[in-house]
Amino acid sequence: MFHSKITVILRPSILDPQGKAVEHAIHSLGSASVHNVRMGKHIELDIDAATKQEAERVTEEACKKLFANPVMEDYLFTVEERT
Amino acid sequence: MSLSTIKFGVVVFPGSNCDHDAYHVVKHVLNQDAEFIWHKETDLRGADVIILPGGFSYGDYLRTGAIARFSPVMQEVVRFANNGGTVLGICNGFQILLEAGLLPGVMLRNLSLRFVCKFVHLRVENTSTRFTSECQKGDVLKIPVAHGEGNYFAGDDVVKSLEDTNQVVFRYCEPDGSIGDEANPNGSLHNIAGIVNAEGNVMGMMPHPERASEPELGSADGRKIFASLIHSVVLA
Repeated sequence: MFHSKITVILRPSILDPQGKAVEHAIHSLGSASVHNVRMGKHIELDIDAATKQEAERVTEEACKKLFANPVMEDYLFTVEERT
Repeated sequence: MSLSTIKFGVVVFPGSNCDHDAYHVVKHVLNQDAEFIWHKETDLRGADVIILPGGFSYGDYLRTGAIARFSPVMQEVVRFANNGGTVLGICNGFQILLEAGLLPGVMLRNLSLRFVCKFVHLRVENTSTRFTSECQKGDVLKIPVAHGEGNYFAGDDVVKSLEDTNQVVFRYCEPDGSIGDEANPNGSLHNIAGIVNAEGNVMGMMPHPERASEPELGSADGRKIFASLIHSVVLA
């Protein structure tokens, strides 16, 4: 079995007001050095597949067609084997 | 003036909550034929116009409209639209049309991060669509919005193409019709509140015409959109 960890995040060109609000909150903690806060989603899933390559293909397909909307979001993922 | 009757199909997703309002307006206010279509169905029941209503289909999980797009009925709606069938997406329905690729662009979170629920004013930019034929160019409609993700966004080339081909149907405006940031409830690009596809048969709009089709509700301006549809289908 394989396990995928996926990150979906707004593309750099898209304004992220939620990230901005969180950034302000961090600043009010006294950490003025923090900037460029971007909010995203983290998704994990298990895949029954014969090979890691197959598991990566399934993950990629799910990212493209469901998890991320390419107009506004980028995705990245890792796949590892689990026993 | 009496009109022939047309048939509206109102799609119901789990989490739709403006389905009854839309049904009420077309059925009881405008005296048309109307049927609910459950999202698991694959038969559009011969409807002339399909309405994707507002609400929170699938709890807005993942992204607004992202999961509803995979409902069985949507395959039929896409086929219907690709064959020239008339589809109106309101609020969450607009978001579903974007996710389904029937209209270009996406909805981002409102710039204010707040859910905005209030009457707004819309300037009618294109009266040659089957959704707005009963409006006059420059008409200002008073219709409410109620959404957290209505901040329309698309790439520069897409927005330019929408503007060049007159696909922006409604823009948020002041009561006098002037356009400015103050009149924009969500940060939407170019104050876009509603767009139509290039073929002119699929329209999405964030404001809720079904909530403003009777004077008792504070405005009956929304009725013009349903009346336009009825005229257009009858004349077609």
